[in-house]
Amino acid sequence: MTDRKPLYLMTPALVWLTAFMVVPCLLILALGFFRRGIYGGIEYTFTMENIALVFDPLYAGIFLKSAWIAGLSASIAVVIGYAAAYAIAAASPRRQATLLFFAVLPFWSNYLVRTYAWIVMLNREGLVAGIAAWLGYEGELPKMLYTESAVVIGLVYNYLPFVILACYAPLSRLNPEIAEASRDLGGGGWTTFRRVILPMTVPGIATGFVFVFVLSIGNFVTPALLGGGQFQMIGNLVYAQFLTANDWPFGAALSMFLIAIMMGLLTLQTFATERASGARREE
Amino acid sequence: MRTQFRIIGAAAIGTGIALSASVAGAEKLVVSNWDGYMAPGAIDAFNEATGNEAELVLHGTNEEIMGKLIASKGKGYDVVFVSSPFAEVLHNLGLAEDLDHDKIPNIANLYSQATQLSHDEGNTFSLPYAWGTTGLCYRSDLVEGTPDSWNDLLEPSEALSGKTTMLATDRWLLGAAMLANGYSVNTTDQAELDAVRDQLIETKSTLLAYDDTTFYAKLVSGEAELVQAWDGWCNYGIAENPDIKYVIPSEGSDLWVDTMVILKNSEHKTAAYAFVDFILDPANHGWAAENILYKVPNEPAMAALSGDFIAQFPNMGITPDQLMKYEQLRDVGEAQRAYSRIVSEIKAN
Repeated sequence: MTDRKPLYLMTPALVWLTAFMVVPCLLILALGFFRRGIYGGIEYTFTMENIALVFDPLYAGIFLKSAWIAGLSASIAVVIGYAAAYAIAAASPRRQATLLFFAVLPFWSNYLVRTYAWIVMLNREGLVAGIAAWLGYEGELPKMLYTESAVVIGLVYNYLPFVILACYAPLSRLNPEIAEASRDLGGGGWTTFRRVILPMTVPGIATGFVFVFVLSIGNFVTPALLGGGQFQMIGNLVYAQFLTANDWPFGAALSMFLIAIMMGLLTLQTFATERASGARREE
Repeated sequence: MRTQFRIIGAAAIGTGIALSASVAGAEKLVVSNWDGYMAPGAIDAFNEATGNEAELVLHGTNEEIMGKLIASKGKGYDVVFVSSPFAEVLHNLGLAEDLDHDKIPNIANLYSQATQLSHDEGNTFSLPYAWGTTGLCYRSDLVEGTPDSWNDLLEPSEALSGKTTMLATDRWLLGAAMLANGYSVNTTDQAELDAVRDQLIETKSTLLAYDDTTFYAKLVSGEAELVQAWDGWCNYGIAENPDIKYVIPSEGSDLWVDTMVILKNSEHKTAAYAFVDFILDPANHGWAAENILYKVPNEPAMAALSGDFIAQFPNMGITPDQLMKYEQLRDVGEAQRAYSRIVSEIKAN
């Protein structure tokens, strides 16, 4: 007889998620196959028009641009976050707790507040410009706010703690004797890192990267605030369809693809993690 | 015109839907309005005066309340505040009550011009709550000369480049270029729309940002020097810095009108009529002029404004006759998709 306890324990969560998350999402996605009414409602005639429109070079281009920005943000966040996690894992256990506390400290404040803080810092009359002027810099600084770089900075900053946590987990579990063994066998610091530590922490890196990528590609607040609304990411496009153009069918069609991309990546990440941990078990 | 809570509003939509659902079954008058768009005590004062149990719910944007109204066929709401193109849609969808003027004695307070608005001549389904123009708001101490044309914004001088913002909402963003070219602000002509798109793509490289909500703060800080603005919002800047000025470009403006609509499916019509009549009382209607610095189409309410107040905020003195020279934004139906697409094209460039 199989143990049914896990099933019982899982039921409330499953019912909750299905009723309040999966079903509403499916209902919204289904709208993608209907027509937009003249006045913005839904006209229940089946059409593939909205799906086809997603592949229009204009909108496909916005998908690519979003993927580029999300990929760039995720890569930068992984480099910075991995280094920070490595340093934290190398500290004494008591220190580690303190450092981790500081790493997640930004989450204690609201996302919007944190993003606005960058506006205060980067704007033409802002903190950075003020400090530059105080240091004697004359003339105009290059435009920092309302640019693509400002958006990338905002995304990296906001999601960095996720990467630190994701990378810290495998790094802290590493048995120090493995690195020792590598050195005993003649591996230098760099070789040990590259051939031993890095491969064993790939799952953390993959998790961190996918996390930042997925959260970034659908983000609409940061591009709106730090990008000055000057370019659209896919999240802004979806937002506009639902909230300004009143074109729910097209918004639903765009969301379908966005969700598909996210699910694809999360699946890949699960496989990567599985493979890595499977390989480790075989060793 | 009130898009202040656009982003926060989006985040709050989940909660908003939950709230409106719980309200739908209750036996009381439900009024939906933008946050801060009427006197904080108005609802309580109305309840006290009439013995009703009105309740205020908030919407962040026109589109948000429209989504809810269309989905529920207007059930669960009695009176809503929406901009005129949306009032027009409610009427076209058969959701707006055909107004019985006998039940609204205070309608007599409206300027005669306010009863001849193109979206609803004779106020058959909507009552104007506030109206105004869209123009240029600028720092007279920083900008050289006096801007007087949409082209001062669309093709800024070198000194102004990177120091201007335009509204992000599609209708006004496109509207600036439409007016500059002498087109209707409701044009659906493809050649005209292409010209508007090309112009705005060119303008984009000269902009600091697209901004619907904080443009006046950017003027105050000096981050921007010339911005596209609604007159009422420019006043928020003027209140903080008297060097900020508002001008309607020589090519003209649109006339925006925010309205009150009673829902046809309202189950509390007597109370709903009493409520809109209560708002049209000069003392209540005048609150919006004095506190949120929007012109209201209420003759005695505007007459009660002091000369000093108008001297401080000159655009509060724009007369109904001047306003009526401008074309109102209308619902463009199917062309909305073309408008949205142009905005995407501008931003993708």
